[in-house]
Amino acid sequence: MEKKINEAEKKLERRNFLKKLAVISVAPIAFGFLGSGEKLMGLKKWALNNGYVPKDHKWGMGIDINKCIGCGRCADACKNENNVPREPFFFRTWVERYRIYDDGEVLVDSPNGSIDGFEVLSTKKKMERSFFVPKICNHCDNPPCVQVCPVGATFKSEDGVVLVDSDYCIGCRYCIQACPYGARFLHPVTRTAEKCTFCYQRITKDKLPVCVEVCPTQARVFGELNKKASPLVRFLRMNKIGILKPSLNTEPKVFYANLDMEVK
Amino acid sequence: MEELVQHLTPILKEITGYIFPNEVELHWGILIVLYPYLTGLVAGAFILASLVKVFNVKELQPTYRIAMLTALAFLIVAPLPLLGHLGHPEKSYEIFLTPNTTSAMAMFGFVYAWYLMAVLLLEIWFDYRRDIILWASKEKGIKKWIHKIVSLFSKDISEKAIRFDKKSVKIVTIIGIPSAFLLHGYVGFIFGSIKANPWWSSVLMPIVFLFSAIVSGIALVLIIYMVVTPLRSKPIQMDCLDKLASYLFYVMIIDFSLEALDFIHRIYESEESIKILSELVSGKLFVSLVVIQLLMGMLIPLASIAATKIFKAPSELKKMVYFIAAILVEIGIFTTRWNIVIGGQLFSKSLRGLTVYKMTFFGLEGFLAAIGILILPFIILFILMRLLPPWEEARNP
Ligand code: SF4
Ligand code: SF4
Repeated sequence: MEKKINEAEKKLERRNFLKKLAVISVAPIAFGFLGSGEKLMGLKKWALNNGYVPKDHKWGMGIDINKCIGCGRCADACKNENNVPREPFFFRTWVERYRIYDDGEVLVDSPNGSIDGFEVLSTKKKMERSFFVPKICNHCDNPPCVQVCPVGATFKSEDGVVLVDSDYCIGCRYCIQACPYGARFLHPVTRTAEKCTFCYQRITKDKLPVCVEVCPTQARVFGELNKKASPLVRFLRMNKIGILKPSLNTEPKVFYANLDMEVK
Repeated sequence: MEELVQHLTPILKEITGYIFPNEVELHWGILIVLYPYLTGLVAGAFILASLVKVFNVKELQPTYRIAMLTALAFLIVAPLPLLGHLGHPEKSYEIFLTPNTTSAMAMFGFVYAWYLMAVLLLEIWFDYRRDIILWASKEKGIKKWIHKIVSLFSKDISEKAIRFDKKSVKIVTIIGIPSAFLLHGYVGFIFGSIKANPWWSSVLMPIVFLFSAIVSGIALVLIIYMVVTPLRSKPIQMDCLDKLASYLFYVMIIDFSLEALDFIHRIYESEESIKILSELVSGKLFVSLVVIQLLMGMLIPLASIAATKIFKAPSELKKMVYFIAAILVEIGIFTTRWNIVIGGQLFSKSLRGLTVYKMTFFGLEGFLAAIGILILPFIILFILMRLLPPWEEARNP
């Protein structure tokens, strides 16, 4: 019996391997001839072949500001997971500290994106409130970055995740200008646009984005927006929710609990 | 990579307030300042030439062909800064192959190709055709062949053909004016349509771009006319110069009103971004915006041209005033582009802080490259003027 299962498994493995091989060898040729619309098809095929069906999902993230302690582990783990340069000018995610004093002054900082933690600062002024805000690409449902990309290299996948196809990106940086949240940068080595992908390489394999996984206080919640049982839907039910820059109508899919009016 | 990090690290110290970490690198530099500046000169020079043709302005006849060649020379150079700033210039053809129809920038290739092929080259060809054929018939050697090729081996200079040429020029001009508006209005739209950036986002942007383009185009043709004519030891025609100066004056008034309207509108609406923008204008942009763009590039030229009119200045003085005014205008419009492109990136989208722009000296996006790109159109113009002399006396009777 066990032997049989093993054999079946092997067969399956072989078949999967062959499929992958076919995709890998055909993909570049196919990609070369495809228009921007069809680029999405390429991705879809790849995903389907990996047993992941994008249209069955709609991903989003919840962030509870009250839970974040500003340890910066998420930002650090993200850099490791996604080969983001370690220099303090390139971030897929970072954490901001807000200090609001009783005279109305607001101080915001994010030294090295929070990776090295925050310095304790003492002033004589009285602090009114203070908190940490993790930032990330909002995977806008109405994404201005996608709208402006001249070659369609930036696109919204069927699962709602906004991705960049670095094979197509010409590095014009228009998307970086168009993103209202500073979520994008130009990778200094590949010279193409970069941003958070919700760790696409992980979520298509049933894993959580790495920032969610390493957060010691579970300030970040990742999940399906359209499935009732998902932890994200529960998060949205249990909290008062805010989004960033709602007036711009970008329709973010990153939702903040306990958002403060000073956060932009 | 190392270079970039070395370039960025000192900037960290000059940031005031808070900016997003990804904003330390300023993404559009001097090359993107040049791009709207150059296309503006193209559109401006062309619109001037079209005015001459459509309204048959006799006084400006000597500048018609100069303006056309100027437009062509600058149009040839206009895509260079765009290409130079791309992370992957070798992939730029993708803009033609798989353009994203919702992107303003994707339209660049098409607008550009249309303008170059369907408007400028066509109009120049029809306008020059007869002369080129006659030149070729009298010349020898390589020049003869160049002219033959440029005339596309047409030989017909019968009256009927000439009449057809004239008619074609008219038609192309009429198509050309909206095209020139499109070419530059669209460049304004690239910036004006970015809602993420309150400094850029404005419906007036394409129109402001357009009028400042016409201003810069007229000033440039005036400068070229004033420099080239004495070099050929010919007299400068005062009526031509006066006309150019008054056109310049009137368009500047419109441009000024539009910019003032934009300014007042912003202050009056006083949106969320007003605080950081006023900090920007009264601080880092004060010299380039208020002193250079507004005072030197706009008010002084306007006042001095007005003064020559009011006090009926003698020709020699007028010439000097016009020339200096035109140079100031050019500097002014260049800083206008600077203030839009660079200024729009000096404040954070968090609206909480300001950063700085440090131009590099060498390198593709450095100061030297920019100077090179600015000089190049003049070299091309020189060659064009040799090949297709735009002077009245070069025309065949
Ligand atoms: S946050 Fe920025 S990069 Fe992310 S989808 Fe929205 S506009 Fe695009
Ligand atoms: S930098 Fe790349 S992804 Fe961004 S707009 Fe330009 S081509 Fe598109």
